[in-house]
Amino acid sequence: MTGTIFNIPFLAVAALVGIALYIIISQRNLIKLVMGITILESGVNLFLITLGYRAAGIAPIYTNAPEGVMVLPVPQALTLTSIVIGVATTALMLSMIMLTYRHTGDIDSEKSRRMKG
Amino acid sequence: MHTLVAHSAILIIAIPLLAAFLTPLISRVSKKARDILVIATLVFVEFLVIILAKDIYLNGIHIYTLGASSPSLTIPEHYMVPVRIILEVDAMSIFMGIISATVSLAATIYSISFMKEETGGDRFYTLLLLLVVGMLGLEFTGDMFNMFVFLEILSISGAALAAFRTRFADALEGGFKYIVISAVGALVILFAIGIFYSQYNLLNIAALAQAMQYTMLDKIALALLAMAFTMKLAGVPMHMWAPDTYSVAPAGTTPMIYIASQACLYGLFRTCFTLYGVTLNTATIGWIVIIIGVLSMFVGVTMAVHQSDVKRLMAYHAISQSGYMLLGVGVGLAVLGNPEALASYGREAMSGGIFHIINNALYKGLLFLTAEALFFRLGTRDLNKMGGMCRNMKYTSIFFIIGALAISGIPPFNGFTSKLMIYESVYRFNPILSVIAMLVSIITLASFTKAFQAAFTGPALPQYKDVKEVPKPMLIGMGILTIIIIFFSLFPGLIVNSIVNPATDALINQATYINAVMGGL
Amino acid sequence: MSKIVRTISNLLILFILTFGLYVIMHGHLTPGGGFQGGAVFASGIALLIVAFGSYNIQKKLKEHHFSILESSGAMIFIGLAFGGIATVFFYNFLVGSPLFGHIPPPGSNPGDIWTAGIIPLMNIAVGLKVIAGLSVIVLVMALASSKIEIEE
Repeated sequence: MTGTIFNIPFLAVAALVGIALYIIISQRNLIKLVMGITILESGVNLFLITLGYRAAGIAPIYTNAPEGVMVLPVPQALTLTSIVIGVATTALMLSMIMLTYRHTGDIDSEKSRRMKG
Repeated sequence: MHTLVAHSAILIIAIPLLAAFLTPLISRVSKKARDILVIATLVFVEFLVIILAKDIYLNGIHIYTLGASSPSLTIPEHYMVPVRIILEVDAMSIFMGIISATVSLAATIYSISFMKEETGGDRFYTLLLLLVVGMLGLEFTGDMFNMFVFLEILSISGAALAAFRTRFADALEGGFKYIVISAVGALVILFAIGIFYSQYNLLNIAALAQAMQYTMLDKIALALLAMAFTMKLAGVPMHMWAPDTYSVAPAGTTPMIYIASQACLYGLFRTCFTLYGVTLNTATIGWIVIIIGVLSMFVGVTMAVHQSDVKRLMAYHAISQSGYMLLGVGVGLAVLGNPEALASYGREAMSGGIFHIINNALYKGLLFLTAEALFFRLGTRDLNKMGGMCRNMKYTSIFFIIGALAISGIPPFNGFTSKLMIYESVYRFNPILSVIAMLVSIITLASFTKAFQAAFTGPALPQYKDVKEVPKPMLIGMGILTIIIIFFSLFPGLIVNSIVNPATDALINQATYINAVMGGL
Repeated sequence: MSKIVRTISNLLILFILTFGLYVIMHGHLTPGGGFQGGAVFASGIALLIVAFGSYNIQKKLKEHHFSILESSGAMIFIGLAFGGIATVFFYNFLVGSPLFGHIPPPGSNPGDIWTAGIIPLMNIAVGLKVIAGLSVIVLVMALASSKIEIEE
């Protein structure tokens, strides 16, 4: 965590977001598309938590807390809200895929789409 | 009454939220009580929006701090930055709030007769009220992360409503496309909020605007925010989800999902004008907004001409009309740093664009409701199969004629007034853009002539011999929008001076917005 | 599922549900709160569905029970937020009163559960809503996918 380009959590964020965007653009299977969106969400959540880190910091809890600088608590609250929203969105998308499978018998996005033009 | 006005900003958001979760409990008692609860909630919200609007035009920006010891205590003592969630309602926010509340009321009255025939009605009304909460929350908030949360509430409710009729496979496809685009767009906005927090430790829009230094990371955040908001408001080239989603949404929810994407248009303007403001290189950003607007106008209307599905045709026209608003406000943004150009034509271009938002919401909402009325009675959306409906559905055809004339910019309707303001001021900026706008208006008229002739005129078809007029609640819903359109057409000067010009000034004056929260710090 | 799985899940479910309620209740002192405890509780319900089959669970836990629980959780939350409307919406009106009203000393302290005003009550309301919401998602998806297998 010296602030150079080898800051591992930020590299992990870049890798996750890059892989997720590639999956969303190129995959035709609808379940894999939802997986890509989940990976994108994990990447953005990791970014939010990592930007709050302070060097040699402890968890921001006052109950029986040891001495030391605390990491920022506000991004942790933002991340928690984002995780809850992600659960709701994933549940909605998976329900729609299950109903589409019941109608068309296929979860390939090229074969199960009906509206063009 | 004074305390009602003081608390009205949060009551407008909290009362539909309470009613949304009271609906499943009340619908076990009786279905009529549930309908009355929903309509009464939206009427009360409309009343609160009107009294808040009157107070804002008299007394300036309205601040509400959640959880403090008084509503306007944004910065407690010994603090240097605002804490807690702050709702900040200025003239532009209440303008969008008036649009959202009115169209939602008309669309919900319209939906009552639809929902008598469908099952799962209480879930429909819960989702509808949550969509209203999401729209009004997005328009009233003064905090970036709160904007993200309300944007997600709006997207999830809108997608679930679009896919409501699960017995049709294309409804599920439209809803799925909407939720995928919304999820990716909202995550990009969250990334940009993370970039802001890491640099400035602030989430409040006014505090960020004061501390903004326009570093390289801020430029990346502006690009991400502009891209995400363009995805959500169906601007070309990210408009592919809009025709599918608008054509399959049931009952009166299509105007509401459309107004939700106009709320994202408000989010884009709030970011460009208030969050960045004078630190931007406004000529570049303004030209990008103008180019997105011109592409939307042109692509929307040329794709609309050969459609055979009536709601898909109207969805493409919705994309095209959003282009007019982006063009008008984009011209204002491009000359924001140039005081004499701003005073001579920039302000009028922005007023034209903003006036077009409310006109478009009214007549596009009316046209979507008439198309859904055709689907309700005939069971099809295909124009090739319809014909001769003006004998059976007299009121619906009158509403369709009024909507079609208004959208094509025929005088004396309100579409003509706002388009004339845009043509005149954009001509002084760059003549070619104005000529393209007029050409698009002519093609719009041609497309609606085709739609009217196919659906309403022509010989009476034998299979539609005993189709009656639509039920009374649907006529009342369409009638409310028509009366407001006629009122705007007769008194355009009154509307521009009292509602539109304060909104334009609120967008241009960034300093007033910042001082209301920071209080001179 | 076999008899071993059913017996072990009958033993474990008590500890899982208790731990979920503990995480909800102590949200203002230790990491946790409404959503986290509700998610633990709902994963206990998911364990029951996997062990006993969704059809048997659906005979006892019906969807409209969850709907009533969810609506009442949301209404308690918004009712508590309206409770302080005399000052400002969401005002913490229980600080100083006998119910959850102690004021903790600043800095590091051994945690006292009777602090923080309306926050523990809002944690309980959010916990009820999340329990109902996540359980009904898992139950309905399990029922729907078993029907798809039957239809094949």
